[in-house]
Amino acid sequence: MSPYYVAIEGLTKVYPSTDVPNPRVFEDLHFHIDKGEFVCIVGHSGCGKTTILNILAGLEKATAGVVIMDGSEVSGPSLDRGVVFQDHALMPWLSVRKNVCFAVKSRWPRWSADKIDTHSRQYLDMVGLGQALDKRPSELSGGMKQRVGIARAFAIQPKMLLLDEPFGALDALTRGNIQDQLLKIVQATHQTVFMITHDVDEAILLADKILLMSNGPNARIAEIVEVTMRRDRNRSTVHHDPQYYRIRNHLLDFLVNRSKTCAESAPGSVHDARHPPLVRPGIDGDWAPATATVLPLPIERDKSSRHLMHAANT
Amino acid sequence: MLRKDSIKAIALSLLLFAVLVGLWHAATVPSKPLATSAPDAEYAALMGKAEEKSNGFPSPSKVGQAFVHYLSDPFYDRGPNDKGIGIQLGYSLGRVALGFLLAVVVAVPLGFIVGMSPLMYRALDPFIQILKPISPLAWMPIALYTLRDSSVSGVFVIFICSLWPMLINTAFGVAGVRTDWINVARTLEVTPLRKALQVILPAAAPTILTGMRISMGIAWLVIIAAEMLVGSTGIGYFVWNEWNNLALPNVIVAVTLIGIVGMLLDLAFGRLQKLVTYAE
Repeated sequence: MSPYYVAIEGLTKVYPSTDVPNPRVFEDLHFHIDKGEFVCIVGHSGCGKTTILNILAGLEKATAGVVIMDGSEVSGPSLDRGVVFQDHALMPWLSVRKNVCFAVKSRWPRWSADKIDTHSRQYLDMVGLGQALDKRPSELSGGMKQRVGIARAFAIQPKMLLLDEPFGALDALTRGNIQDQLLKIVQATHQTVFMITHDVDEAILLADKILLMSNGPNARIAEIVEVTMRRDRNRSTVHHDPQYYRIRNHLLDFLVNRSKTCAESAPGSVHDARHPPLVRPGIDGDWAPATATVLPLPIERDKSSRHLMHAANT
Repeated sequence: MLRKDSIKAIALSLLLFAVLVGLWHAATVPSKPLATSAPDAEYAALMGKAEEKSNGFPSPSKVGQAFVHYLSDPFYDRGPNDKGIGIQLGYSLGRVALGFLLAVVVAVPLGFIVGMSPLMYRALDPFIQILKPISPLAWMPIALYTLRDSSVSGVFVIFICSLWPMLINTAFGVAGVRTDWINVARTLEVTPLRKALQVILPAAAPTILTGMRISMGIAWLVIIAAEMLVGSTGIGYFVWNEWNNLALPNVIVAVTLIGIVGMLLDLAFGRLQKLVTYAE
């Protein structure tokens, strides 16, 4: 039995196609999520991030590998995993309140209408939408719609929350405000979260752990970056932390320079899919010179830190 | 601004109506009595047409009189061949309603199945494609032979002509429901029945209503023809009966009323459609 809350083992996905050869979107992914942990996944388009999230949600089947959550295998969609969809996926014929009530009623079918309503309002208040209860989604701004989506996902109190690039379509200001709200809620509820993002700053602000994906096809987890800053961060002060730019530079270096080469250098290299290197650029310093174009993988140091982590886990 | 425009439009419509009636009147002014021979005049007097000679098409005033006559007492019933025009319209509307409701009961669930299952779609598609273009009236002999009742056959013809647009639109609407909404329902472990009624139905409702609106339009066209063919009641039968009486003003009254009822039916479905339409 896996010691982790959520364990992903050997996940591989191939889409059915007549092309020969038909490459894998990603292959042999291993990672885990602890209870109450916030994990972000970062990578270029085409590395299968959304597919991974859909497999975690149970909406798609993996070609190989398993996802085990809280001791049982994920075999289909479940109320245990709440999903916030990329374009909110609210039902346009229902009011904001009814959209959340629909989810709450699915979670607790025996609750009275009153109880469902009170519960739903509580979560809509939490995302600051107490004033817009009876509006239709079409009357809301993009940011408000996404907040309804978040309230709906939180309201069913899932064991894990899955967010598919929820703020991708929002302007920077709105995005910042919602990030603050999400951060507060997650800090208060200790929700386990898995989130896709393209925004490096968003990942650093929110995550405990960032999975860096190499480019697809045959994408893999190139590194796992531990965000070692204090957990009670907030958006207005986080960039004053000396660790912030070390982590940020590391992530950008990866995305700009190394995400391609990781995939190419994979065969025969020392990359161990079962234990992708765990790095802590915030503490260990920015080892990567900004001018380098091709960088060797930091094998030795990462291995040692990984062993450290293993010692801590066992 | 918009109000002003609509007032102008209404004024123009009324003007056009007046011009058309004026032209009609001018074209049907009773021609001056010809210098008829005495026996002819006598014959005409015997036939009760001494005062004027019609040149065929009735004048607006004649038609107007017929309107007043029929609309002043629309619901009288004096035996099988003499019923008020309201009663006749009622018969037709009743048949349309019955046939249409039967079609809803069959087409909507079947459309759900066809829309949700690509296999069923491909299996049923040849049947639909062949049955759809058949004129509803072509079913009449088969219906009469099998059902042995002209009234029931009328209902059947309405049923069969309403079925296809509703079936096709329901299937199309159900198949086109956004996967996001289906996925929301899946992650919430919504039961199949609740998913059908609370996610797919409202999502597909605008398309389904479009199908119903088309069906209702066709049904109202077809019921007139069907009643002309086999009816002993109904507005279509009335038209045919008055044609046999050569009472053209009455035919014109009936034709106008058919148009107005058709418009009202379409308006009603337009309202319903607005009710279920959602903005994304």
